[in-house]
Amino acid sequence: MSALTLFYVGTSYLCAAVFFGGLSYRLAGYAATPSPLRIPLTPQATTVFGVIKKNAVSMAVFRALFIGERWTWVGGYSLHVIFVFVFLRHLRLFINPVPEFLVDLQPLALLFAALLPLPVLFLISRRMYVDRYRYISSGADYFALVLLLVIGLSGLALKFVSHSDLVGVKEFLLGLVLLSPVEMPSHPAFMLHFSLVLLLGFYFPFSKLVHAGGVFLSPTTTQVEDNREQIHANPRGGN
Amino acid sequence: MAKPIFDIPNLDEALKTPAVKKGASAHLKIHPAQPPLMEKLGFPPALVEGWQKKAVEKLGELKEKYKSLKLFMEVCVKCGSCADKCHYYLGTSDPNNMPVGRQELMRKVYRKNFTVGGALFGKLANAEEMDEETLKEWSTYFYQCSQCRRCSVFCPFGIDTAEITMAAREIMDSIGAGHKYSVEIIGKVHDVGNNLGIPKPALQSTLDFLEEDVKEATGADVKFPLDQEGADVLFITPSADFFSSPHVDSLVGYAKVFHAAGIGFTFSSHASEFANFGMFVGNYDQMKKISERIVQAARDLKVKRIIVGECGHAWRVAYSFWETLNGPFDFLDVKKPMHVCEFTHDLIKKGALTFDKTANDEFTVTYHDSCNVARASRMGDAPGGQFEIPREILRAVCNKYVEMPDAVNRQKTFCCGGGGGLLTDELMELRVKGAAAKTSALKTVMQEKGVNTMAMICAICKAQFSKVLPYYEIPMETVAGIHQLVSNAIRLGEK
Repeated sequence: MSALTLFYVGTSYLCAAVFFGGLSYRLAGYAATPSPLRIPLTPQATTVFGVIKKNAVSMAVFRALFIGERWTWVGGYSLHVIFVFVFLRHLRLFINPVPEFLVDLQPLALLFAALLPLPVLFLISRRMYVDRYRYISSGADYFALVLLLVIGLSGLALKFVSHSDLVGVKEFLLGLVLLSPVEMPSHPAFMLHFSLVLLLGFYFPFSKLVHAGGVFLSPTTTQVEDNREQIHANPRGGN
Repeated sequence: MAKPIFDIPNLDEALKTPAVKKGASAHLKIHPAQPPLMEKLGFPPALVEGWQKKAVEKLGELKEKYKSLKLFMEVCVKCGSCADKCHYYLGTSDPNNMPVGRQELMRKVYRKNFTVGGALFGKLANAEEMDEETLKEWSTYFYQCSQCRRCSVFCPFGIDTAEITMAAREIMDSIGAGHKYSVEIIGKVHDVGNNLGIPKPALQSTLDFLEEDVKEATGADVKFPLDQEGADVLFITPSADFFSSPHVDSLVGYAKVFHAAGIGFTFSSHASEFANFGMFVGNYDQMKKISERIVQAARDLKVKRIIVGECGHAWRVAYSFWETLNGPFDFLDVKKPMHVCEFTHDLIKKGALTFDKTANDEFTVTYHDSCNVARASRMGDAPGGQFEIPREILRAVCNKYVEMPDAVNRQKTFCCGGGGGLLTDELMELRVKGAAAKTSALKTVMQEKGVNTMAMICAICKAQFSKVLPYYEIPMETVAGIHQLVSNAIRLGEK
């Protein structure tokens, strides 16, 4: 195994550990922190099932953003839908044999994936040109978007500009997943794309991107409003 | 009304998103709490030695105490959905009054001290130390938030700026930098029993006067009992109801409803206050201590249940927090606090009250949803009862009732501009500007539907609107309590 492959294999496992470990640590931290007072945003459902039902819809369609800022919703929602297709498109590289539905989905998934730069550029320009968003945007906000953009562009380059050795890539990725790493294809565009994804993995748990999990733990949206039906004692006791 | 020394917002533009004007409301400052006031509540009398470090330590303590604070500090993506949803941003154009802008004032300190990125990259990552400049911003802009929760309606993560504002005020109190208004009022509750500092004899003579007054006007023996042991109901209401206008007209309404229903009640001189400013200053112990008085009064007077008057934030504290703070209320027959609107509504449903709606015919009425009732509590059995029950009462007692536009109604209601501990004279400019959003909606229904009365169930909303509506050339008499209108229409002794 070449030194380069060795480096990438090591970095990949480290990245996986940081990503999953870091994210779990952050989310477990939220879950473990008490919420002594009941603070659901009302009106709120009065049963667990009701809250799940309500959030299933409002989270699936980004309802609050939809009623709050329509153009941001257009950019943000389409970007997240694209993420789903990008994920589905890449899944075939990590499992063998590839299930039929994933194969059937490839053209559609490619179409969506190819659109990724559009919402990202839209969201970047929004931050640059609308005075309110310019005021609140910092380096970190641009960094996340630019990182996504270059990941997307390098990925598209692999498809449309400089084809990688897809079989070699799959063997390498499968090797990583199955814990028996093989030689990495030394294809520059692939190496760039892969490196950026690793960077994203390292960055994710330390950034605002934890909203991906945090959204499910927010007390205002997930607490059941059953003050009439239940007695809520302070989990911490007296203070 | 003194001639204002600031620009009054144009109501036709009040709901439009303004261009950002940095520092536009930086000059609006609170009066600091004097040392004796601070000490009375157990806070340091003045800024403590090493306050920078102590503020950060307190922030660290609070983030482990409240899931809301920790999560809200960390998951904001700065999408900007909240940016133009705050009445103070709409009214002042100051970007630190955008909810996300306000939150960032705390987040930058949080990042510096509690995140890897902030520690490594400092200013590049928008992370800053707690210093003189930051404290100045905190003591300005965390007192330009009325904790109304409107921003959280539009946040994809439900981030509630109220939680952050409460934490910021708690931190500032803990290092010796308090706000005179709230700290002084809490001191009065502990000393005298109510926010206004009304002693028992004054309370007694007011209630005696009201009894005579109602007798003269209606011929009925409507009682206003004080400290009557063994009454069925302990009635707790904001102390403004005893002395302020139009509040007192609703107080008369409550008493008439009890009279008509034949249910005995009593006020308490020990707990002559429903308001709980402990919430405004974000202090759990104060909130608990203040509501403890009510529990004590209920025990001493041996009542069966507690019913509460028209107050917004206090209804939140009662409905959502009382049992956690002081419960369980096992010694009562009815363990959950009841809102006077629920009480009156139940009686109406049972046909126990008779109304002459024509008594309110001179009024075309609309309803202002108060934030803490709308977004932080409930009435009745089903979610949204806090919107429907007050409206059903109004329709039962008035012939002419009109809704405000949906964009500013029910869950999306705007704050009156004076909530959250900001109902103080030094912030008058902020209060006038913050009221513009809701007032513009009022003006719309005044012009289009002939509305001349805005009913509400919050003592702060009533005081605030009575004071600021004249700045917009709307008479203060436009403001009314729901039970004021109930009082007008209710027939006594006919059932």
